[in-house]
Amino acid sequence: MFNGEVIAFAIVAFLLIFSALGVVFMRNIVHSVLFLAATFVLMAVTYLMLDAGFLAGIQLVVYAGAVSIMVVFAVMLTKRSDLHETNLFNSLTIPGAIISLLVFLGLSWVVVKTPWNIAERPLVDPMAINKIADLMFGKFVIPFEVVAVLLLVALIGAIILALEVKPQK
Amino acid sequence: MITLAHYMLLSAVLFAIGLFGVLSKKNAITVLVSTEIMLNAVNLNLIAINKYIGVDGFYGQLMAIFVIAVAAAEVGVGLGIIISMYRNKETISLDEFNFLKW
Amino acid sequence: MVEFAMHNAWLIPLLPAIAFAAIALLLWPWPKASSTFSILMILTSFVLALAVVYGVYTQPELIEKSMVYTTRWFSMPGLRIDVGIMLDPTSAMMLWVVTLVALLVQIYSLGYMEGDPGFSSFYAYLSLFAASMLGLVLSSNLLQMFVFWELVGLCSYLLIGFWFYKDSAREAAKKAFITTRVGDFGLLIGLLSLQLIFGTLNIPELAEKAVNFQNYVSAETLTLVLVVLFLGPIGKSGQFPLHVWLPDAMEGPTPVSALIHAATMVVAGVYLVGRILFLFKEVPAAMHVVAIIGGFTAFFAATIALTQTEMKRILAYSTVSQLGYMMLALGAASLTASMFHLMTHAYFKALMFLGAGSVLHALHGKAHIHEMGGLYKKMPWTTWTFVIGALAIAGIPPLAGFWSKDEILLVVKEAAHEAPGIYTPLFWLALITAFLTAFYMFRQVFTAFFGPEKPENHPHEAPWNMRLPLIILAFFSIVGGWVGLPWLEKGFGYWVRMGEFHHAEPDYVLMGVSVLLALAGIYLAYLMYLKKAIDPDKVAEKFGVLYKLSYHKYYIDEIYLWFNQMVVDGMGKILYWVDLYIVDGIVNGIGAITRGSGAVLRYTTTGNLQTYALVIFMVIVIITLYFAFGDASFASLFLGGGK
Repeated sequence: MFNGEVIAFAIVAFLLIFSALGVVFMRNIVHSVLFLAATFVLMAVTYLMLDAGFLAGIQLVVYAGAVSIMVVFAVMLTKRSDLHETNLFNSLTIPGAIISLLVFLGLSWVVVKTPWNIAERPLVDPMAINKIADLMFGKFVIPFEVVAVLLLVALIGAIILALEVKPQK
Repeated sequence: MITLAHYMLLSAVLFAIGLFGVLSKKNAITVLVSTEIMLNAVNLNLIAINKYIGVDGFYGQLMAIFVIAVAAAEVGVGLGIIISMYRNKETISLDEFNFLKW
Repeated sequence: MVEFAMHNAWLIPLLPAIAFAAIALLLWPWPKASSTFSILMILTSFVLALAVVYGVYTQPELIEKSMVYTTRWFSMPGLRIDVGIMLDPTSAMMLWVVTLVALLVQIYSLGYMEGDPGFSSFYAYLSLFAASMLGLVLSSNLLQMFVFWELVGLCSYLLIGFWFYKDSAREAAKKAFITTRVGDFGLLIGLLSLQLIFGTLNIPELAEKAVNFQNYVSAETLTLVLVVLFLGPIGKSGQFPLHVWLPDAMEGPTPVSALIHAATMVVAGVYLVGRILFLFKEVPAAMHVVAIIGGFTAFFAATIALTQTEMKRILAYSTVSQLGYMMLALGAASLTASMFHLMTHAYFKALMFLGAGSVLHALHGKAHIHEMGGLYKKMPWTTWTFVIGALAIAGIPPLAGFWSKDEILLVVKEAAHEAPGIYTPLFWLALITAFLTAFYMFRQVFTAFFGPEKPENHPHEAPWNMRLPLIILAFFSIVGGWVGLPWLEKGFGYWVRMGEFHHAEPDYVLMGVSVLLALAGIYLAYLMYLKKAIDPDKVAEKFGVLYKLSYHKYYIDEIYLWFNQMVVDGMGKILYWVDLYIVDGIVNGIGAITRGSGAVLRYTTTGNLQTYALVIFMVIVIITLYFAFGDASFASLFLGGGK
């Protein structure tokens, strides 16, 4: 019953939920961002448990690295010295909580009720990264290129949005 | 024994937490961050399904990679918007940004 | 020549049409050239028509089987319209009448319209009028006929309103157009129904199918269709109750009145009914309608003509009355009598209108017969030709009118043997009308042309170009009826007929009675208006109400006016109210509802991003719940997919 896998999953899941709740419930934005970084790292651990090493790496690099840093920069650029009481709830807390709970219940109901067509053997392959590369540069090369263009557009857009607007004379 | 359902329930929990953050936080940065948590929950789903159901390839993981790429772009643009908002109104509280109405 | 004319009969309407186009586009600045060209063209048509008449005369087989040349006009699935020309004795006779009267009227107009500023356009209209009528006469297809029918109506509108600077002329033109339009609507519906029922409007094909009409339609429906169709001839031929436009039509120049009353406009209705008489013949009820309308109109118009004082108005009502005779003959299933009377009537009515025009010309527009008197000294030609016309219409042998009127009386009497309930009263009405006709015509003759001279009048005889048509028409008014003498073996009735030829024995009693009635009418008029043995005013007093009714034309115009003001305008007011408050109310109400709901619902647009997200997810939850616990197949209707 309580083999290593179950124990590891329980610990990771508990920490993951805890840190995600921390992101939402912290009243200081900086603490929120710290919990966010923890969430991303724990997510990478979950990926590892699912035998998706490549994805775990990407998760660490992109989310835990780049996104977290960007969010920290955004916090720095938008906040004054006093950081207390910077991450408060709005007036929709109670309805939001109810809706979120209902969404969770709905999803759970779907998960439990759906007869999942579980494969006999889990798909585990040490050479998964090669297969993904084959797919990405073969069958899915056009979406790949489109995502590349999208990233470029987002880069330019972000620069233009954040650019200092010179007061006109 | 950990099955697909466990991972999916974990994903559902994370998704609901992210949704709660989106709906009920004032700070625009937190809202953006909460959407990232929701996206991560989705990725978790994709990868878990890839492992337990995907018998003929790593399509789930591939899709997760695309989601991550799009999410990264979204974060970039979103933060740019937040900075622009802050520059205009000296605040990023979403309660102040309700002038798109009657 | 004859062969050429027979095979190219389409030239007969075309030549006046060319004259119209040439005058309208090219010749109008030169009145002399316009009139000369127009007369030349109608003269050529006249010669061609003569050749056609001769050709038909030499080919008796055309009586049974018309000579038809057709060409495709257009066709589509389920509808095929051919146009063409149709030559038989009936149309040949009409060609002769129309071209003769049109030619004489055009010659007459040389003198009558001299110096008029619209001289050229007058000739253009006359040519178009003649062309339309000739086209109508030759039509082999009812739709083609309808086109020319409408052209005739248009030309009458143009010509009645020719002196458009006069209010009365404008009003009369509009009245003529609108009144005939009422009938034309019925005609159009009737024609469409015929097309629907029989699948063709070609007259020869219709004639073939009419015999077995039960294969296509019930007798009741066909009766209804024909009665509706008959509305067109009622309007065009001035039958009661749509006769009101015809007396007003004399507002146009007098030659136009002659043309309208004698040869073109009004006989179109009689001709149309004559053309499709084979259909009417199949359903007796429709025949009875035609006969009753015709007989009643004949009597009705004659009683009005008794008391009118305007020269042309008396003639106009006599036209209505005589057209009633023609319809009555058609209603008695006799194409022969109707067409015979149409022809003789064209002679003497054209003669009398042109004579009246001559008088008006001489007296510079004095129209009332009491302002005239003793004209016979100064205007012998006009007077004596007019007297010939009056004798002819009164029915004095051996003038033309006697023979044709006698023929009509004869056929109605014969029809009375078949259906006494319908035709016997009509026969007596027709006899009384004969008496009345003689009386009112000679009332006019004695008052206007004889009796004491009025010193303030300085009449003068008409110029030669006005006298010549009078003389020619007078000649035909005398001898024109001799083609239909009852003693002839192959007379008019042999040529112009429908169905089997049967030679009616001359009815000498009837002849004697009708001559006696006519003479009595003339003698009474002589006593009252020349001898002054009976004072007309006393008679008028004695008949008080009747006199007033007749003098005011039975108040038909006033009834129509009242109807218009009360019913049409009243409906208009009601519909205006409906439009203003109900139709507009609905439209405005929809607008107000939209505005009001918008004013309330706009507060749901808070502008708060998270509220919107909340609503979105709320809906997602509701849909999920529905899927979970509701009827999934129903939900999938909205969401797409499903099994």
